[in-house]
Amino acid sequence: MRYLPQTKKGRSEMLEAIDVSSVDALYSDVPKSAFVKGKVNLPDHMGELEVERMLGAYANENHAAPDGPFFLGAGTYYHHVPASVDHIIQRSEFLTAYTPYQPEIAQGTLQAIYEFQTMVAQVTGQDVANSSLYDGATAMAEAALMAMRVTRRKKVVLGNKTHPHYEDVLKSYFENFRGEATIEGPQDIDDQTACVIIQSPDFYGSPENYQIWREKCDAVGALLVVVTNEILSLGLLPAPEEADIVCGEAQSIGLPMSFGGPHLGFFACREKYIRQMPGRLCGETVDASGRRGFVLTLNTREQHIRREKATSNICTNQGLCALAFTVHMALLGEDGFKHLAKLNHEKACELSDTLENAGFKVENETFFNEFVVELPKNSNEIVSTLAEKGIIAGLALEDNKLLVSATEMTAQEDIQTFCETLKEVCA
Amino acid sequence: MSNLAYNDNMDHMMSDAENFEDGNRGLHYEENLLWEKGHSDTPGVDLPSLKGTKSRTGQSERKNVGLPQVSEPQVMRHFVRLSTKNYSIDSGFFPLGSCTMKHNPRLNEKMARLKGFASIHPMQPTQTVQGALKVMYDLQNWLAELTGLPAVCLTPAAGAHGELAGIMTIRKAHEVQGNTHKDVILVPDSAHGTNPATAVMCGFKTRTISTKETGRVSVEAFKEALYKQDPEGKDVAGMMVTNPNTCGLFERDIQEITDLLHDAGGYFYCDGANFNALVGKIRPGDFGVDVMHINLHKTFSTPHGGGGPGSGPICVAPSLQDYMPSPVVLKEGTAYRLEEEGERETSCGRLRGFQGQFGMHVRALSYMMSHGADGLKQVSEDAVLNANYILSQLKDDYHAPFEGPCMHECLFTDKYQKEYDVTTLDIAKTLIEYGMHPMTVYFPLVVSGAMLVEPTETESKDALDRFISVMKMIAKKARSGDVTELHNYPKSTPRHRLDEVKAAREPKLRWKKGA
Amino acid sequence: MSNVKYTDDHEWIKIEDDTAWIGITTYARHALGDLVFLELPEVGRQLNKGEDFAVVESVKAASEIYTPVTGEIVAVNDNLADNLDDLKEDLDKGWIVKVKVSNPEDLEGLMDKSSYDAFVEGLD
Repeated sequence: MRYLPQTKKGRSEMLEAIDVSSVDALYSDVPKSAFVKGKVNLPDHMGELEVERMLGAYANENHAAPDGPFFLGAGTYYHHVPASVDHIIQRSEFLTAYTPYQPEIAQGTLQAIYEFQTMVAQVTGQDVANSSLYDGATAMAEAALMAMRVTRRKKVVLGNKTHPHYEDVLKSYFENFRGEATIEGPQDIDDQTACVIIQSPDFYGSPENYQIWREKCDAVGALLVVVTNEILSLGLLPAPEEADIVCGEAQSIGLPMSFGGPHLGFFACREKYIRQMPGRLCGETVDASGRRGFVLTLNTREQHIRREKATSNICTNQGLCALAFTVHMALLGEDGFKHLAKLNHEKACELSDTLENAGFKVENETFFNEFVVELPKNSNEIVSTLAEKGIIAGLALEDNKLLVSATEMTAQEDIQTFCETLKEVCA
Repeated sequence: MSNLAYNDNMDHMMSDAENFEDGNRGLHYEENLLWEKGHSDTPGVDLPSLKGTKSRTGQSERKNVGLPQVSEPQVMRHFVRLSTKNYSIDSGFFPLGSCTMKHNPRLNEKMARLKGFASIHPMQPTQTVQGALKVMYDLQNWLAELTGLPAVCLTPAAGAHGELAGIMTIRKAHEVQGNTHKDVILVPDSAHGTNPATAVMCGFKTRTISTKETGRVSVEAFKEALYKQDPEGKDVAGMMVTNPNTCGLFERDIQEITDLLHDAGGYFYCDGANFNALVGKIRPGDFGVDVMHINLHKTFSTPHGGGGPGSGPICVAPSLQDYMPSPVVLKEGTAYRLEEEGERETSCGRLRGFQGQFGMHVRALSYMMSHGADGLKQVSEDAVLNANYILSQLKDDYHAPFEGPCMHECLFTDKYQKEYDVTTLDIAKTLIEYGMHPMTVYFPLVVSGAMLVEPTETESKDALDRFISVMKMIAKKARSGDVTELHNYPKSTPRHRLDEVKAAREPKLRWKKGA
Repeated sequence: MSNVKYTDDHEWIKIEDDTAWIGITTYARHALGDLVFLELPEVGRQLNKGEDFAVVESVKAASEIYTPVTGEIVAVNDNLADNLDDLKEDLDKGWIVKVKVSNPEDLEGLMDKSSYDAFVEGLD
């Protein structure tokens, strides 16, 4: 009961002040049948040590990325997080603050969000960015919904291979339209198309040429949405300035993989669309003494006020994750961000060369830090066999293919071990 | 001087020592933007050198991004200084109604950072993540037992996402059962704004239930809404009711209302934002709830983090279990696994990239285990006791619009203070001046000038008494008629009242060179 | 003198020949507070009676503006976007759109100045 400061004496004084005989009297509106008899059927409280022991044992059952060679990407990437990042995000003033609705006592969070928005806009080559969304998949779905609001059209085109989970999320969201809105392929771009969504690098790791898609969109008046689930790629690839919306996943900067969440959806667009944008926004203003300050702004687009007419039902952003991103980006700076991106690309080139030298065929002509390699055997079985040998090999795809990724975490020895073992098990 | 951009202004400041004014005093620091600092030669990280491998991206190399560049100590100081401008639950009383700002145990943080939880990938082979799946499975079971709703899906990323999951589950159920004529969701006017926004996002129409008279949904008002278009309520797909509601009251007619709804073939979605009043003591499944989301960042102490990440699992009755989102964690013998895509054919599908905000799952389970069955019951009892104590001590000074007792939060309005030209906004800003975070203001919308106070169970009687004293002092100041001060607070904060009109009229959402 | 009518959603309608000029009333203007944005429709859009065609935002609220008549938008007062203070019960400058009225009977049942004033009186 270490988290409960009330005392027996305090409780009884308070009951007296309220003028009731027991706490149960305060629950007089609740139907009798809804009360638990005694206690719920769960264990009683535990001390810190006991909880640590039990959860520690659970954690030890997992094979973590530092435990062996690791080549899995596919939308979540294993990167280094500088020690300062975790220190900053664990400061009470950031960790245990609420959404900055009272700006006089939340300038820290607000300025950090403003810096986050600026960084995302710069990295994506867009005019403005919001304060973050749940993750890359929901950001892509929100982009589709926004494009439909802007164009008043109801068809969304997936131009190339997006992450299958992202596609699934879009399909789930679209079921809400009961057939009135559709998801189509690139052959169906026409004057009813709200937007064309392009993932770059695509799910198989190949960077896209945006200009071709821009032209296709312009021909029919559709918006171009560019999705990236490896934001670090934008330190090496050109900014998607051709796009109307750029969104995706930013977990790579500042966040651990954490079994899939919390991650960090980002969302940037052209200035003319800001009032159609989902999610929270922080803006610059002045205080009563004329000093620069920051506030949440354009709130009227949100559900608190617009209720059934809101641009989206989203309430929270991923505040602390956005802060982690901002701190990590501040540490990387202009040179570090680009350097880290190049380093990732070099590691992937090394992995590709070593695989090819070992006799495997790499499918990609171009890639950033992830690509597809063809195996002579069922890739699912190989992934499983390698896992038993302490190697997380990548994502098994259809037709004996394997999606592999390398980052700054990938050591030369990891690549050697992986390629040798792969050769063995494929022999 | 509206912009404390040091680089531009420092020289003339230095030359005039008597008028030196950059805003720093004692422990109060001004802090400029990262881009306004000098551009350092090297970044705040040292990375391995590059080999100069020829690029295989097939594209030209990225040109100038525009990012700032500073050393590590500058980054540290920048963010630590920013942090000092924030109020947080660790620094003081935070009675933000409907938000449950309770203590965030650091044990939870430590557990989520264990290598075996933080450094695992969501698509790793199942046999390498059994411990993580066990955490999720245990959490599913704890939530099922606490809500009395046996099926649990942990996937939603936050409360509003949980709402979306819940209403999509209802939509899918009606679709599969051929009830396409059911296209209306009933929502009380006191509901969170996300409720109607969610219903509309799921393709439903909303119909409002009025609660203005008593702050509760009356059987009469409910019937009026239910039977408005059809004498049997055939067009009604479900209702979204927060219970306890946003006025801090338990819906005392909930059983009768739920029975009527179920008779009409509708499902009861309960917004779980206020579960902190019930946890361990009352099970929503036992008063007729069919689906409910749980805010792990409210009831189960995962940190709010200045606006997220949250986590909004949904708990579902057997009647809706087939339709909830995927994936959920399954146990087969002693092995755990995630549901495969399409495995449960009638699922409303995937709602998020991966299986959920797993880091939040670990934190919530760590909290639940720490409290246990006995502790959680005490949590809700203390939360309710604390709120009622505040209500009893302040109801003579502030107008309490509805008859109590309240649950874990109590509602007041500025009706008495308005006579003296003091509004809810002024009261909130004065609380800030006196070192406290204000309550939730101007919500719920059913009363004018609402102040919703939720102390939570992690406050001592001393902390409550201090809040009560400050509130009484404000009421007294208002009555004295000398209210100029109250209109100008806060004065001791890093910034005074901010110009929101300017922010919205001329939106400036990012730093730009020279702007 | 032109013919001016009012709705219970606080729009005013000035009727000139077959064209309705639509704006918002002083009461609505005060209720909204400081305006920050006005979202205008496009000329040529076909409106149905009761449909919303513009959104006016203040810091704390966003309100739809509804047309009480069916018809096509023949003019939009673009000047308002940058001069929000002109958005008021000014029958010359404060109009938002001009709508070519398709069904003159739509105008029946709207309030005149005195009944609207009485209606507003009853709200407070």
